[in-house]
Amino acid sequence: MSAARSQTLRDALGLGLAVGLYGAAFGAAAVAAGLDVWQASAMSLLMFTGASQFALVGVLGAGGSALAAVGSALLLGTRNTVYAVRLVPLLRPHGLRRLTTAHWVLDETTALAIAAPDRALARLAFLVGGGTIYLMWNATTVAGALGAAALGAAAQAALDAVVPAAFLALLWPRLRNGFPEAAVQRRVAVGGAVVALALTPFVPAGVQVIAAVVAVALAGRPRPAERPSPREEMA
Amino acid sequence: MSGTVLWATVLAGSLGCYVLKLAGLSVPAAWVEQPWVARVVDFVPAALLAALVAVQAATSGHDLVVDGRLVALAVAAVALALRAPFIVVLVLAGITGALVHVLAA
Repeated sequence: MSAARSQTLRDALGLGLAVGLYGAAFGAAAVAAGLDVWQASAMSLLMFTGASQFALVGVLGAGGSALAAVGSALLLGTRNTVYAVRLVPLLRPHGLRRLTTAHWVLDETTALAIAAPDRALARLAFLVGGGTIYLMWNATTVAGALGAAALGAAAQAALDAVVPAAFLALLWPRLRNGFPEAAVQRRVAVGGAVVALALTPFVPAGVQVIAAVVAVALAGRPRPAERPSPREEMA
Repeated sequence: MSGTVLWATVLAGSLGCYVLKLAGLSVPAAWVEQPWVARVVDFVPAALLAALVAVQAATSGHDLVVDGRLVALAVAAVALALRAPFIVVLVLAGITGALVHVLAA
């Protein structure tokens, strides 16, 4: 096995195992929001995109409507559309393969495929990473949901405190220096939080989360000079 | 919310998210790679995730509230700034939340 191949496999498996913890946190958050273990599991099997899953149960947990919950999940899901566009030249999926490939398009699998040194390894990274993440994410969702369902009243207070911390951990890497335009990301994040809190007393629960998307305007116009073209980014 | 509505929410959200992924594999790249589309998509997660953090940590129904969740969030932020692993961040937040609950009771 070549060094590049074993490095690709190591990265893919390592990332797959790491996201497992987030799966457990999602399972617990879903139960805290009022879903049962089957519904939490169905989300990890069928939706299979972490931020959208957290958003859907987060809005439901805040007392939001089904429409607001689905809306926030879809807004976060638009990321995957862009990732899929970047994956097309690497994976070149055709016919039925396109239907199955789509299900595993995620932040993590896109990062793995783009980082691989050539197209064959990009496919390998996508398949091994996607497969490992899918198995771990679903197994730990069940574990987290069952664990949370078994908690007593005192431990519920702990779980209530864990859910916002899990959202913050999901957000944190985008705010850290090193992420593209981290300062602008921080400005948009503060704007989003302020809009949501300001609207909370006045709008139906959950709507303030979707309305927070207006904070994206704080990012300003696209900056062509600072943004590498997709081809450069992939090289 | 009834079980049926919850199931409909779960399934509608799942179908929508799948269609968004499939669309990216199916439409011409130029449609999605407009500069302003890329700009919006780059920043939607920051706005929405921050809104969710705020709503989960500092509201209850239509009220803004300060309780153990906000204290736990501050502890989580310090842990993240110190580059603590995810599981450590969650455990510290959980312990803090439970502690404040016990002390307040």
